[in-house]
Amino acid sequence: MNNIEIPNNEPLLSVKNLKKHFVTKKNFFGHPKEYAYSLNGISFDINKGETLGLVGESGCGKTTAGRTIMGIYKPTAGEVYLHGEKLDLSKGPEKRIQMIFQDPYACLNPRMTVGEIIGEPLEINHVYDDNKAKLQRVYELLELVGLSREQANRFPHEFSGGQRQRIGIARALAVNPDIIICDEPISALDVSIQAQVVNLMRRLQKELGLTYLFIAHDLAMVKYISDRVAVMYMGAIMELAAAEELYANPLHPYTKSLLAAIPVPDPDVRQDISIIKGEIGAGDMTGCPFAPRCNKASDKCFKEMPAIKNVEDHQIACHLI
Amino acid sequence: MILEISDLSVGFHTYRGAVNAVRGVSLSVDAGEIVGIVGESGCGKSVTAHAVMGLLPKDNSFIKDGSIRFMGQDITHLSDEERRQYRGSDMSMIFQDPMTSLNPVLTIGQQMTEGIIHIKGLSQQEAYEEAVTLLKRVGITKAEERMKAYPHEFSGGMRQRVMIAMALICKPKLLFADEPTTALDVTIQAQILELLDELRREMKMSIVLVSHDLGVIARICDRVNVMYAGRIVESGPVDEIFHNPQHPYTRGLLNSLPRVDKVDDTELPVIEGHPPDLLYDIKGCSFAPRCGDAMKVCAACRPNNENMGKEHCVECWLPARDREEGHHE
Repeated sequence: MNNIEIPNNEPLLSVKNLKKHFVTKKNFFGHPKEYAYSLNGISFDINKGETLGLVGESGCGKTTAGRTIMGIYKPTAGEVYLHGEKLDLSKGPEKRIQMIFQDPYACLNPRMTVGEIIGEPLEINHVYDDNKAKLQRVYELLELVGLSREQANRFPHEFSGGQRQRIGIARALAVNPDIIICDEPISALDVSIQAQVVNLMRRLQKELGLTYLFIAHDLAMVKYISDRVAVMYMGAIMELAAAEELYANPLHPYTKSLLAAIPVPDPDVRQDISIIKGEIGAGDMTGCPFAPRCNKASDKCFKEMPAIKNVEDHQIACHLI
Repeated sequence: MILEISDLSVGFHTYRGAVNAVRGVSLSVDAGEIVGIVGESGCGKSVTAHAVMGLLPKDNSFIKDGSIRFMGQDITHLSDEERRQYRGSDMSMIFQDPMTSLNPVLTIGQQMTEGIIHIKGLSQQEAYEEAVTLLKRVGITKAEERMKAYPHEFSGGMRQRVMIAMALICKPKLLFADEPTTALDVTIQAQILELLDELRREMKMSIVLVSHDLGVIARICDRVNVMYAGRIVESGPVDEIFHNPQHPYTRGLLNSLPRVDKVDDTELPVIEGHPPDLLYDIKGCSFAPRCGDAMKVCAACRPNNENMGKEHCVECWLPARDREEGHHE
């Protein structure tokens, strides 16, 4: 709550070589036999007040990344630092990191009133001792996201999708988190409602100095809301750069084909699309995960996982650049 | 003219009363063209497609008014038996979620040959060969091997290819594609759209593409119909709709989309409010409560469908053209 800025270059959130492998098969003795390698060592920093976009196709590990950082999943390896201090993720979710979920219908308890839903994080974290102060905070939050205090006694089914997402945002804001992880917050909403929610999120960011990790597959929306964007593929970050720069000048072959595949709402832009062949494979994890679909892949790409390096202000994992 | 729908109204009985999901839709599809229907959820785009295919639920839906003509024949009130003559042979449909449309306990081969034998009356062997040819045509490699696989062994994109192959069995004249790429990733979506466009040219098939994604519509459609609250509010060639939109709803939709190919940092323009409840009759223009320029007449009477030239029609009392003229004076 204090607005005294201490100038330092330390990132707000720092993720170092984070890994998450899920056990998919167990042997007779209950020991793990096969794993799904959902997250294969990702590293990035988020600065205070910025939005980092995390994009990729389904199954690339972007949701797993968000949930592991939050402490919903226990990481297999790697560390997360908040304000330079290492988080103990085995203790479960961290209060200073909150989340907005994808499905505004599933993420609100239908038997609780909106006031109870927004007040729940305050109660769990024992923020207020008396009910009056808590209620006051709930009203304040409702008005902050563009709802009215009279709506606190209503139930979620009385609200539209866009309004429910506003309730989700209010709940995430309740405990004044340092960072909010937005897991596809608008993909379940209609086009005309998406813009309303995105505008609200940007306004709140400006007013409250919020920091977002914005996970989505809608590349146009991610470009619009993010300062920097990370592109993921099969559990690894392929390229990370400033949003404008990444979209104007993609370097990684995967980023290039991903951007070319986005349909643009303009019939004149019937791009000469270099459609990538094939689909996300199971793939063994020795080489570059994109190699089987890459048309420039060399022998080295199949044998050796490329390390992240800095090229022209991009962080990129590719042998060819 | 392959398909001509005029003034179609479809309602559903619900416990709250009759909901008018489609309220007087007219549209036509010519041979070999791709016609898009675009709109937000609940606007009636899928219901229109299901009404033409005869797939509306029997127990609680009713066609209130209007007619559907397919290749010159009125098919609005056909019985199930008579419908079957068209469905799967002259017209076919692919759905949003390929997993729920395929039978999980039968192999792809069994499901494909079943359809071929039923519709074409071929022998098992002939049907098998035909199925393999079709699978190869839609870009499935090692088709012979894949015939023995079950749907869960396929990825989303592959399943949609199988669905397209099944829809092609009888070389339909008209294919309904109801959100065919919504469940797919962008790179796979691009592949499927390309395939549909190829097939249309090769087989001279007409396609009705139902989608909420204006980008998808812009990429492959020839003509577009914009639906809102059960009515088509604007229709015309794709260039007209995207470059010269006349209806405030169409303009609002296009403006509210951020673009990857352009730099902009201003706040996204939004359409305030939300669509009307179709349980109640709407007297005037259904968009009036959300429209920034609504006049008294907008709430009182429904605007006529006005032709703006170049087959561009719009249902609005104050289309963009007149608005601009007004400002100049």
